[in-house]
Amino acid sequence: MDFNDTPEEAEFRAEARAFLEKHLEPKTSSGVRRERGEDFLRRAKDWQALKADNKFAQITWPKEWGGRGGTAMQNVIWGQEEAKFDAPTGPFAIGLGMCIPTVIAFGSDEHKQRYVKKALRGEEIWCQLFSEPAAGSDVAGVKTRAVKDGDEWVINGQKVWTSGAHYSDYGILLTRTDPKAPKHKGLTMFIVDMKQAGVEARPIHQASGGREFNEVYFSDVRIPDSDRLGEVGQGWKVAIVTLMNERLAVGGSPGPDWSEIMDYAREAGTLSDSDFRQTLADWYIAAQGYKLTKFRTQTALSRGETPGPENSIGKIITANQLQDICNSAIEMQGHYGLMTDEERMPADGLFQQSFMWAPGLRIAGGTDEILKNIIAERVLELPQDVRVDKDVPFDELKQG
Amino acid sequence: MNFDFSEDQKFLRSEARKFLEAQCTSQHVREVLDDEARSHHEGVWNKIVEMGWLGTAIPEEHGGLGLGMLELCVIAEEMGRTLAPVPFSSSVYLFAEALKLAGSDAQKSTLLAKVASGEVIGCLALSEGPGEPDPAKLSVTFDGATLSGTKLPVTDGDIATHAVVLAKEGTGASLVLVDLGQDSVTRQPVKTLEPTRSHAEIRFDGAKAERLGNAGDGARLLEEVLDRAAVLFAFEQLGGASRAQEMATDYAKERHAFGRPIGGNQAIKHKLAEMYVKNEVARSNCYYGAWAVSTDAAELPEAAAAARIASSEAFWFASKENIQTHGGMGFTWEVDCHLFYRRAKLLAVQIGSPKHWKEKLVRALEMKNAA
Repeated sequence: MDFNDTPEEAEFRAEARAFLEKHLEPKTSSGVRRERGEDFLRRAKDWQALKADNKFAQITWPKEWGGRGGTAMQNVIWGQEEAKFDAPTGPFAIGLGMCIPTVIAFGSDEHKQRYVKKALRGEEIWCQLFSEPAAGSDVAGVKTRAVKDGDEWVINGQKVWTSGAHYSDYGILLTRTDPKAPKHKGLTMFIVDMKQAGVEARPIHQASGGREFNEVYFSDVRIPDSDRLGEVGQGWKVAIVTLMNERLAVGGSPGPDWSEIMDYAREAGTLSDSDFRQTLADWYIAAQGYKLTKFRTQTALSRGETPGPENSIGKIITANQLQDICNSAIEMQGHYGLMTDEERMPADGLFQQSFMWAPGLRIAGGTDEILKNIIAERVLELPQDVRVDKDVPFDELKQG
Repeated sequence: MNFDFSEDQKFLRSEARKFLEAQCTSQHVREVLDDEARSHHEGVWNKIVEMGWLGTAIPEEHGGLGLGMLELCVIAEEMGRTLAPVPFSSSVYLFAEALKLAGSDAQKSTLLAKVASGEVIGCLALSEGPGEPDPAKLSVTFDGATLSGTKLPVTDGDIATHAVVLAKEGTGASLVLVDLGQDSVTRQPVKTLEPTRSHAEIRFDGAKAERLGNAGDGARLLEEVLDRAAVLFAFEQLGGASRAQEMATDYAKERHAFGRPIGGNQAIKHKLAEMYVKNEVARSNCYYGAWAVSTDAAELPEAAAAARIASSEAFWFASKENIQTHGGMGFTWEVDCHLFYRRAKLLAVQIGSPKHWKEKLVRALEMKNAA
């Protein structure tokens, strides 16, 4: 056992690092920075184009689509190195991680020629339009309607929790085309131009106070049939491919961890509290467990093997731990810990900000409960949940 | 990145699993469970001796196989899966490792080869009363030549031929090596929650003994011995936790209630998913402990503690929820669930309970942070 790169991996890491050092500043703070606005978007697009020109944009994509044709392990190495720098990567994660792979899998040659390279260079940004107010964990329950009218489809409905909808150029849109068919069988997927009339993105005012997500309204929006992805009624099959890619795209440490609360406790003089020390040990072990499990996954990738299911434990651990750590820190701070006033908040508000973000993290990209179902059904091969709506026409299902 | 066992080590694992599944079944474990007179399973023990596993991490010059700690970790996990009713952990993880770490050349030459051949069975005697043994408050004393006082309970204390004893010497504590075959040593078997592993009270009345390491160095040496042993114990616990998870999962697929398998209900599915998460966290921490102990890394104290705690808690959760998943059947003597529940508790308290190791872990993190 060792934690070293192979000579080939070390060579790639050095190459990646040299490129990053030449163009970016190292990251200075571990705090969560949520940059927004036009300047950030401009900077992000420039960085993406530079990456694409130097074959660092999508490491594992084939060269014909502008990728590097590299290995999964090189992709991990690139991710590790880029994370050490102040790289503006956020706006492209969903498009390149989820939407474009779906376009490559189900789109026509014209689609691929038209969209893939522009997305890769950051010239066009994509969003994913699946979730709806009545279709979250049960995303196959979408109601947004697509009705055929000649060579076009007419779209009416509402999507929700759409990251980046307000600055996106295109989206992939899951619609219901046949309400008489059972839930999973009446769906169809489209590419939609987000800048056209009838598409309206409105920011959601989140419980955390921020406005990072959107709801998107479609009012008589017209999509040519040629922008359909997959067959009519096969939208669920297409969506599965998108969602499989989601789990590869998610990752990263979301906020303060055991070491930051340990530092804080030391400064505050509470590190000697024996209850706190016991809990601190639990956090350390769970965080190490997740980090080391990723090392096991990387080992499999490095050996050219397919990783096992062990990585599915990630978000269950990290999201719950973030919430716990912030809660404990605020309780340690006592009444003082309530303050979010910029002049007065303790530890620069490190724990307060993530305290309000953590509930969302436990829901986004698969709730704790859905993730446990996934582990139980796909890893442990336990029976699927009862699905009473499976064979019932969608328009006869109870709604609410 | 190479954070996994090698092909050779995986081969050893599959051979060990095949061997133990055939030679150490739950029937063998039950033969010890149901017979109060039996301290361990001689048949299983003799076969393990023949396999040479006792000498896995003992150097060839001392009659061992001269493999490494990684190979011993692999075997430990498999021993844990089958709840082997033998004094392997006492003799190999504790006694032999203490000798390797603190023994003089003469002590090693005399004893290690005999541990490897099974002629000597060693144990470690720490506990004297409720709570974690405190090196500053020991009642067993060593005067430089003889040992006096009582240790209770000592795992495998009735079948062992030799013991390493933590004893008071002057104002400090020392590790002391003692032959248990003397008249001045009295041993009385004691009943415990875990009847498939034997325990004894050992009374020393001026027994002849010799120091292991330097006078007054006992507490420090013991920490080092236990850091190494903790990784091996953690692998045994991981093996038990994995097996308990498999039992619970298999049963949840077979057992029908309300017209379908109970494993189709989220209350069961989510419990088993949590078990899986805890076991994976334990496995990853165990691998890190294996790396640290096999390379004598400076990170060993925190790596060993993390492996030990994660595995103790994973085995506890898996063993208790395995019974719960089995329902009433799980509470019968005939179904194996309680064997895992019993073993989980023994392994969790034998060399320090999770609370003790959590405090050790945080102390190690503080030292690291201060350095």
